[in-house]
Amino acid sequence: MNIPITTPPKISIRGLTKQFDGAPTHALDNVDLSIGANEFVTFVGASGCGKSTLLRTIGGLEVQTAGELLVDNRPVTGPGIDRAMVFQHYSLYPWMTVCQNIKFCRQLAAHTQDRSSSDVEAAEGRADALLRLMGLEASAGAWPNQLSGGMQQRVAIARALMGRPDIVLMDEPFGALDAQTREVMHDLIRYVHRLEKATIVFVTHDVEEALYLGSRVVLMAPRPGRIDTIYEVPFGDQRTQDLKFAPEFVRLKRDILERIRETSGMKTDLEQLQRLRG
Amino acid sequence: MSQLPPFAPSLAGSTAALPKAPASAAPAVPVPATVPATAPTPKPRRNGFWTVRTGISRRAYWGLALTGLITPLLMWAALAAWGGMEPTFMPSPTAVLAKTWDWALENNLLEDMGISVYRVVAGFVLSAVIALPLGLLIGSFRSVQALLEPLTDLIRYMPAVAFIPLVMLWVGIDEGSKIAIIFIGTFFQMVLMVAEDVRRVPAAQVEAAQTMGANRRELVEKVILPSAKPALLDTLRITMGWAWTYLVVAELVAANSGLGYAILRAQRFLQTDTIFAGIIVIGLIGLVTDQLFRWAHRRAFPWLNLKG
Repeated sequence: MNIPITTPPKISIRGLTKQFDGAPTHALDNVDLSIGANEFVTFVGASGCGKSTLLRTIGGLEVQTAGELLVDNRPVTGPGIDRAMVFQHYSLYPWMTVCQNIKFCRQLAAHTQDRSSSDVEAAEGRADALLRLMGLEASAGAWPNQLSGGMQQRVAIARALMGRPDIVLMDEPFGALDAQTREVMHDLIRYVHRLEKATIVFVTHDVEEALYLGSRVVLMAPRPGRIDTIYEVPFGDQRTQDLKFAPEFVRLKRDILERIRETSGMKTDLEQLQRLRG
Repeated sequence: MSQLPPFAPSLAGSTAALPKAPASAAPAVPVPATVPATAPTPKPRRNGFWTVRTGISRRAYWGLALTGLITPLLMWAALAAWGGMEPTFMPSPTAVLAKTWDWALENNLLEDMGISVYRVVAGFVLSAVIALPLGLLIGSFRSVQALLEPLTDLIRYMPAVAFIPLVMLWVGIDEGSKIAIIFIGTFFQMVLMVAEDVRRVPAAQVEAAQTMGANRRELVEKVILPSAKPALLDTLRITMGWAWTYLVVAELVAANSGLGYAILRAQRFLQTDTIFAGIIVIGLIGLVTDQLFRWAHRRAFPWLNLKG
């Protein structure tokens, strides 16, 4: 997606550096990136490249050691209701039903400061709409423990969307799902993105997933964690599962995988293995 | 936005337009899955006694549980009858039963039970009322943890029995001192266990609430506490057992009633049947309490142990 130059970026990152206590290298080293409103950016990279740390910093769950992080031109000082986060697992509240989980943010002061009756009504409508959107109507009264992993993640996504966040941060949300469920979730999340007009920042270790979902794929490299390459994804907005077999898609996927191997030092390991064998 | 159209995954036909495989590669031909007719069908193995971590039938469970309970009882009866031991030192089960009956009818067993239960419950409740909020704070805030946990750890290792002389000097020899000893015996363990339960709340549950805008108070009240509740009830159940072990110690302190006191007095008069009766009554009370806690656990947390 092309962002007109005149629009100010939704998220603006300049010189962002993060070092954890006692860690030898920077988890994030001088990261620069702008993310436009309504963009769908995916992050890939070898483990330890800092993609999750970057996401958590945008979410306000980590604090940077140095550098600037602006959302809507305001510095991030902590978590906020404009940035909802979806985790890989264990984030649902098992003592609440599916419907109660989705409506959780309505229990929080940050979401209910104006308690007009129309607001409450709108929230009820919103919860119903999200249940339907996610195909969860039949499970509204179920406990999360009774649902499959895929259904649980639908609940987690619906719960994040409930508060109408501008930005949805997703940390390997489909990482624990099986391949078939994941395909369904991919189309679902693209549909949600078109419908909700939210900016989505999506971290994954699955290159195919990153390419299929993102308008840009940001490849990060480890030790120290940094942005290596940014790939503009040329497939437009209308994507179907067939795309995954298109030559252009396969070529890009191979390029990205190759680059991840190079940046992670895996390639030299493979060469060494071959030398040992030969 | 409240009228969102339902989402329909468009997977139909997604495999219809696959690009042709290169001619050089051998085409993958689907092979129908058939079972060779001669294949022997081994009998499915049933769950036996030594099958690791698999369920057993309800009947088998109760059968084994009863065997486990009755066998020591029979061994005790055999030892008393033919073990060649003096009945004064080893009374038979029937003698103990008769003694218990006698105690209940003539010597106010119920009163002894009542006063002992009262002491245990009072010490336990007092301990829980302070340990729960304190443990919640230690588990939720690193600063409170740094402030209080090392101290608690230190006191935990001091034997509660050693505090008896101090307690007698400070509290005196009335009910307060017995409750105080049960309190000292359970409180410090309880604080640390509660803190550990609270720390075990999954980070993702807390962080999800943070990104939904929960403030500090809401995090503790609406996420951490409800999430830790099942573990907390288990902690209470376990510490209740410890409260009973400290009862006998507490009733050493110039008591003139209670089950622990009755056991100690029986020793002085060589009434081993009373000692046996007292110990068994305490055991039974503990068993009943434990079952009550388990029942409450099942009732309070129906969302646990569900199978989809």
